[in-house]
Amino acid sequence: MSSLLIAHGRVIDPSQHMDRITNLLIRDGRIAAYDASEQEADQTLDAAGKIVCPGLIDMHVHLREPGREEDETIQTGAAAALAGGFTSIVCAPNTDPPIDTQGVAAFIHHQAAKADHCNVYVLGCVSKNREGKELAEIGQLVEAGAVGFTDDGNPIADPELLRRAFEYCRMFDKPVLNHAEVKELTEGGVMHEGLVSLILGLTGMPSASEEVMIARDIALAEATGGRLHVMHLTTANGVEMIRRAKRRGVRVTCEVTPHHLTLTDEQFRSFDPNYKMNPPLRGREHVEALIAALQDGTIDVIASDHAPHSQEKKLQEIDLAPFGVIGLETTLGVVATRLIEPGLLDWPTAIEKMTINPARILGLPKGTLAVGADADVTIIDPEARWTVDPKQFRSKSCNTPFAGWKLKGRAVATIVGGRVKYTWP
Amino acid sequence: MSSDWLERLGGYPGVWKRRHLLGLEDLSAEEITCILDKAVVFKQLLAEGHRRIPLLAGKTVCNLFFENSTRTRTSFGLAARRLGADVVDFSAATSSLSKGETVIDTARNLEAMGIEAVVVRHRTPGAPHLLAQNIHCSVINAGDGAHEHPTQGLLDIMTIRQLRGRVEGLTVALVGDIAHSRTARSNIWGLKKLGAHVIVCGPSTLVSPRWQELGVEVSYNLDEILPRCDVLNLLRIQFERQTRRPFPSVREYAHLYAMNRQRMARTKPDILIMAPGPINRGVEMTAEVADGPQSAILPQVTNGVAVRMAVLWLLAGAA
Repeated sequence: MSSLLIAHGRVIDPSQHMDRITNLLIRDGRIAAYDASEQEADQTLDAAGKIVCPGLIDMHVHLREPGREEDETIQTGAAAALAGGFTSIVCAPNTDPPIDTQGVAAFIHHQAAKADHCNVYVLGCVSKNREGKELAEIGQLVEAGAVGFTDDGNPIADPELLRRAFEYCRMFDKPVLNHAEVKELTEGGVMHEGLVSLILGLTGMPSASEEVMIARDIALAEATGGRLHVMHLTTANGVEMIRRAKRRGVRVTCEVTPHHLTLTDEQFRSFDPNYKMNPPLRGREHVEALIAALQDGTIDVIASDHAPHSQEKKLQEIDLAPFGVIGLETTLGVVATRLIEPGLLDWPTAIEKMTINPARILGLPKGTLAVGADADVTIIDPEARWTVDPKQFRSKSCNTPFAGWKLKGRAVATIVGGRVKYTWP
Repeated sequence: MSSDWLERLGGYPGVWKRRHLLGLEDLSAEEITCILDKAVVFKQLLAEGHRRIPLLAGKTVCNLFFENSTRTRTSFGLAARRLGADVVDFSAATSSLSKGETVIDTARNLEAMGIEAVVVRHRTPGAPHLLAQNIHCSVINAGDGAHEHPTQGLLDIMTIRQLRGRVEGLTVALVGDIAHSRTARSNIWGLKKLGAHVIVCGPSTLVSPRWQELGVEVSYNLDEILPRCDVLNLLRIQFERQTRRPFPSVREYAHLYAMNRQRMARTKPDILIMAPGPINRGVEMTAEVADGPQSAILPQVTNGVAVRMAVLWLLAGAA
């Protein structure tokens, strides 16, 4: 097969603690060598001034297919992923039908292969039909390729079921991912409960609803030895509980989204449904705690929680509009512009949280540029300036809170299995 | 002819630049005072027996009510007719909303029929803002969920100003279901901007301590604040907006917060008793308080028409 040399780039690979300018050689779809010369390659890609890193992984994506193809398909979602620099995405099981059987998992893998964009992994349901009653056939789903288990938007309310899920998933060394929300505390809520919700007369979703469930989940993970992954963390107290649990050896990891790192409930004053998501945008003090937790390693992963909704569903009265925003095509730019540029995070740390960390949590053979690994590579131009224009999105939906943002830094080439799948401009 | 009316009103005020009235939070003290001053003139004209002050002749005002209303809707309709405008009434019950037509589409359709102003009431906070962003005519918020009800706030403040001669320096208590009250929110913004001291009082499940962050006093004890108050605005308990009962029983609520003869005996002698909407007699206040000498409930209603005439004229009468 062919070979490709990525020349003169700053290779940042946290899995190997590497950060240096070198020539990276790809051959036959795998990482072949470092410090290679142009003569060794059929083709050369000049990456001078660019960052070359393991292909980015987004471990929290909603692809909507099967069931809601009007919002997104596996094909459009995977194309959006490439444009955002992601070579692997992990899709949540809240499809219709949900990913609670081998058949649905196989269908998604089939559609992904047909689309032939990026790697698509699936999370399986914890419970049959995401009803929170009986365990789904987790063992069969593992055989069908499920890399973790969650009931996603339906938090596992019954603590006994969660306990059993931890115990059962431990047998397969798979994590249980939970959306931390006590629904009784958020009934009717559309935004964070605070001064802004009080002023707007909107029903709030208190941060306690997340904290209560994180506390319970940690206790059960600790009691069972199971692996807990807290999805889209948003609260300062939640951060602190996870920090302490990690310190005493509980097997807990967590993720945060770009929007929860950069926006607050103040944005809701515009009544724009593109600021409506669950968990909600919270107050400044929470955002600061999340950034500190990214810095000290308490938060392992940055994930988009890409949640497409068609325009006609999303642009409604604020109580009728569905929760969720898309993020595949903006995550890297927002992280670069709002966290790396002001010095809150450095490139190696940010890349670690979008490559090797999610790969390790889910046991993916990805997230590294070690010799012999799959040649999934993202080339980032940290100086590229661009404006978020939802009309240009490859995603089928355009429900982004970042429309019009001027960003600095983006993927300029996305390489999957040695093949250049996307270039910018 | 219309120039005579304009002269009585002192001309179209230069301070007024707005096309929509979405809430009192957005307005300056100067703008609020402007509306109130014009409302006083309209009220005077009505008192002189004028039934038609055709400053909006040839224009059309649409009442777009997605939530039930009796007095606000009637008041706006009357105000528009007194100004010589045509009034179109549209309510969700008889509309095509049951067919899934969106709020924006409905308003755009009405606009296409040629209207100058939409008076909108909706159960959802921000619905009037959504309309204002999507249609070209003036939008007047006649109550959006628990968010704002600016003309109610204005007429409450007009009533206080009329009966007490001023607003600045007065202590005004809003009592009851603050959490679900758009009237409370509009009153808070308007009263604070005009220099009143505002107290919110009611059961702690309905009165957030966060109001203090806006410079509002928070109290859970009506008997304690009663002797200090110049005005009591008794808000209706909005059972229909509560998903779970925020207090043990209506009986207990009335025991702690209903204005009755015993409590009236402990107020300042010239206290004003106001109530914004349909009252639950025996819950927020007893009948003798509602109908008593300190009650300003009927002047509120009279002022409502004048305030809405002022608002309609300022928003739709510029051209």
